[in-house]
Amino acid sequence: MSNPEVLSAPHFMEFGYTRSTGPMVGAFLTGLRDRQVLGVKDSTDRVVVPPPEYDATTAAALPHDALLPVGPEGVVTSWSWNPRSRLGQPLDTPFAWALVRLDGADTSILHAIDAPRSELRTGMRVRVRWAAETVGAITDIACFEPCSEGIAS
Amino acid sequence: MSEPVTGIITPIRLDYTYTPGTSPSSFLRGMKDGKILGRRCPSCAKVYVPPRGGCPMCGVEFAEEVQVADTGTLVTFAVVNVNFANRVIDLPYVSGEVLFDGADTTSMVLVQGIAADAVRMGMRVKAHWLPPEEWDFTFANIDYVEPTGEPDADYVSYKEHV
Repeated sequence: MSNPEVLSAPHFMEFGYTRSTGPMVGAFLTGLRDRQVLGVKDSTDRVVVPPPEYDATTAAALPHDALLPVGPEGVVTSWSWNPRSRLGQPLDTPFAWALVRLDGADTSILHAIDAPRSELRTGMRVRVRWAAETVGAITDIACFEPCSEGIAS
Repeated sequence: MSEPVTGIITPIRLDYTYTPGTSPSSFLRGMKDGKILGRRCPSCAKVYVPPRGGCPMCGVEFAEEVQVADTGTLVTFAVVNVNFANRVIDLPYVSGEVLFDGADTTSMVLVQGIAADAVRMGMRVKAHWLPPEEWDFTFANIDYVEPTGEPDADYVSYKEHV
């Protein structure tokens, strides 16, 4: 890098993939735009969030009317500290990646938690912090933040 | 905003700091001055454009820097009928490999100024440069090549490059 003969320049490669969401993920993202998290009840009566298009056990298509809202609050089932945020990540300060099981759901969703590392515990209660403007994308959930009532039983 | 979501755009992006090395750096400085620079192998005498540090065939370091012409021979080409997402050129267009006069390697360049179905191997072409005030450290200073109108080159003169 110290050689003055050698040039140096920023260079990026980008491709904007256009993806069809399908009926279930489309409904999930439409729900996020309305500030509501949707799951789907599968053949084993488990509520899966985000909702898959097909049942994991029977492989049958899950009906649209099996969609149902789950809570904006939930419990942390696992987490990992991210000490250095990178470009494009949900937060630009250190944060935790976490699996959050929302109230009413039987599966966990991966997202970011904005909290000091010392406060993070498996079992802690968190709630959705919505983006200032929702557009129908997973980033409509800006992140999760701790609930005041503390640790779930 | 009441229509249901049916699609999303998910950009995949990689950010680099690109350092081209000494030989490509001198090539890019040449481009900034409107010159096509290569380097000659002291062993096989082939001129590489753009140059690397050494000759990949002989395994020896390049020494001599040489300027090649901005005229050349179209040695092979492809007719493009589908536009890339962010590159909009009137279809169909031709992407060609040009052997600039004095060089022993070819460069991929856009071919313009002729109908796609009239393009042929051996066609003589000349670089069309962007206006000098737009020149930067990039091969993109050559916007495209266009026919010179000279007679086509003999196949023998470029057959090693097809």
